[in-house]
Amino acid sequence: MFVILKDLLKRDKKFLFGFIVICILALLAILSFFSPYDPRSWNVVPKDRPPSSKYFLGTNSMGQDIFWNTTHALRNSFILGLTTAFVANIIGTIVGLIAGYKGGALDKVLMSINDSFIVLPSLPILIFLSFSLRDKMNMFTMGLIISMFSWPWAGKQVRAQVLSLRERDFTHTAVFSGMNMWKVVFKEHLPFVIPWVIANFINTILSALGMEISLSVLGLSSLETPTIGTTIYWAMQYQAIFRGIWWWILTPIILSVLFFVALYMLSVSISEFLDPRTRLQRIKMGG
Amino acid sequence: MKVLKTYIIPRLIQYVVVVFIGITITFIVPRLTPIDPVQATINRLAAYGGTYMEPQAFESLQQTLKELYGLEGTLLEQYLAFWKHLFTFDLGPSLSMFPTPVMEIVLNSLPWTFFLLINTTLLSWIIGNILGGIAGYFKDKKWSDVLAVVAMSIYPIPYYVMALILVILFVYVFPIFPMMGGYSIGIRPSFSWSFILDVLHHSILPAISLIIIGMGWWFLSMRSMTSNVVAEDFVTYAEFAGLPKGKLLFSYVMRNGILPQITALGLQLGGIFNGAVITEVAFSYPGVGLLLKNAVTNGDFNMLMGITVLSIIAISTASLIIDLLYPLFDPRIRYR
Repeated sequence: MFVILKDLLKRDKKFLFGFIVICILALLAILSFFSPYDPRSWNVVPKDRPPSSKYFLGTNSMGQDIFWNTTHALRNSFILGLTTAFVANIIGTIVGLIAGYKGGALDKVLMSINDSFIVLPSLPILIFLSFSLRDKMNMFTMGLIISMFSWPWAGKQVRAQVLSLRERDFTHTAVFSGMNMWKVVFKEHLPFVIPWVIANFINTILSALGMEISLSVLGLSSLETPTIGTTIYWAMQYQAIFRGIWWWILTPIILSVLFFVALYMLSVSISEFLDPRTRLQRIKMGG
Repeated sequence: MKVLKTYIIPRLIQYVVVVFIGITITFIVPRLTPIDPVQATINRLAAYGGTYMEPQAFESLQQTLKELYGLEGTLLEQYLAFWKHLFTFDLGPSLSMFPTPVMEIVLNSLPWTFFLLINTTLLSWIIGNILGGIAGYFKDKKWSDVLAVVAMSIYPIPYYVMALILVILFVYVFPIFPMMGGYSIGIRPSFSWSFILDVLHHSILPAISLIIIGMGWWFLSMRSMTSNVVAEDFVTYAEFAGLPKGKLLFSYVMRNGILPQITALGLQLGGIFNGAVITEVAFSYPGVGLLLKNAVTNGDFNMLMGITVLSIIAISTASLIIDLLYPLFDPRIRYR
């Protein structure tokens, strides 16, 4: 595992970039535990101050320190992303493993449900759902809601892998030596699928954070919880762009761009690493 | 007629499954809430409108709401009643614009969304695929790598953030484009030249933001696909046969990558629609997105449900159409 990590860090600039950025953001998120302010309280610092030595990223119109608020926002983003990714990938992996292994009618049924969730326009449904659950909204519920539409991608990917694993000799050996379906699937197939699940895990975090921004700017998350989305929401509510409070609106924008690009680079780099064709190409090119 | 049996009928079944799942979710959602949606809606309506309502109108409103949310009878009866409403295209009145039917309002804003969505999707799909194909064919060139890195840094940016970046750049820093709405305030919608130009001017920025994000994905997937195709034997053979570069690129290399891209378009339509919706919110473009936003701020439950149901049907139908067009492009299905 560490050998692979070292290899990727050394050979792939995309991975290096993504890894460094995510580490910095994670560090900032950890910093939130040492924040001098409660993110939910307003008017703890003077309003609308531009960045200075005292207020590193300035303050907003609600009298909050943007830097410390941002650390909280990052922490919440990590919580949301990880919740969604865990739930979605566990469901998706199980569905994919079973559909791929069983095949036949069960596979058809599971995959048509799977494809349905992919085709359905998730945003209106999620808006409707969050609107109905508005009073109970927190990062965890939001993660659960978003994972409803995130698991199918993992399911599709895992199934495709299992389809080829199923025909390999070790599967037959396992079946003939009397292992039942669950044992074959979880003991024999799962280890092969894990790397793909990791790449998908990162993609799920990405889409969850994107969805969080969409829902938050519509005012559908718990608005007193700082996240990247709610920071944008409040900045837009207070017309930060047109009042020239650029540090308020630019902070979440730059942060989210960095966050998203870094995550995407990581996932691209991992799936390239997993794809034997591109790996061969890199060896051939001496890269 | 084998196409019908092996391709078209399974797709139609899939279509029914999609709509069934989507509508069932919409049915279940209001039942997850611990609050009584009818009472909550009436309270919200009273608080929002503040208007006096005749007792009779109130009664009938309560009745329609109960029927609409299908809160009468057993769960199965409720579910059947829900479908009956859908089949008669009766989505009830909008609560914030009472008593205009939800259907009417949504149908008024759908053309705006479709105008934006169809144009940007087609443009980004075509441009992205052509650029991606060329970049994949010349994958060893420096500029191909540069383009890929650019696409990789743009594609993952969320739609709303991209919209904000464009607003800051082109409305605030360089005021070239108007910020708000689908057309200038004070102009009446008509079929005049100036109105059309005004609409186009207002839709350029939302369109650009949708196109550059959309393009990124088509570019990247096409590039990786063609760069694999280039290594295949038949391409080497065609090269040795001395085929013109253009023909080789378009009818040999990209022809092979285009089929998965059509399938992907059908699958990704839901995601693209999400992007269009949130971009409309960012630009206050008068489509379904803005309608959704207003419905959320006004607590218009009916409207939210109506939009959800209609977009489920619209997107799954559009995706079905793309899938049904697929045999036209894939000779293996056409001639089987």
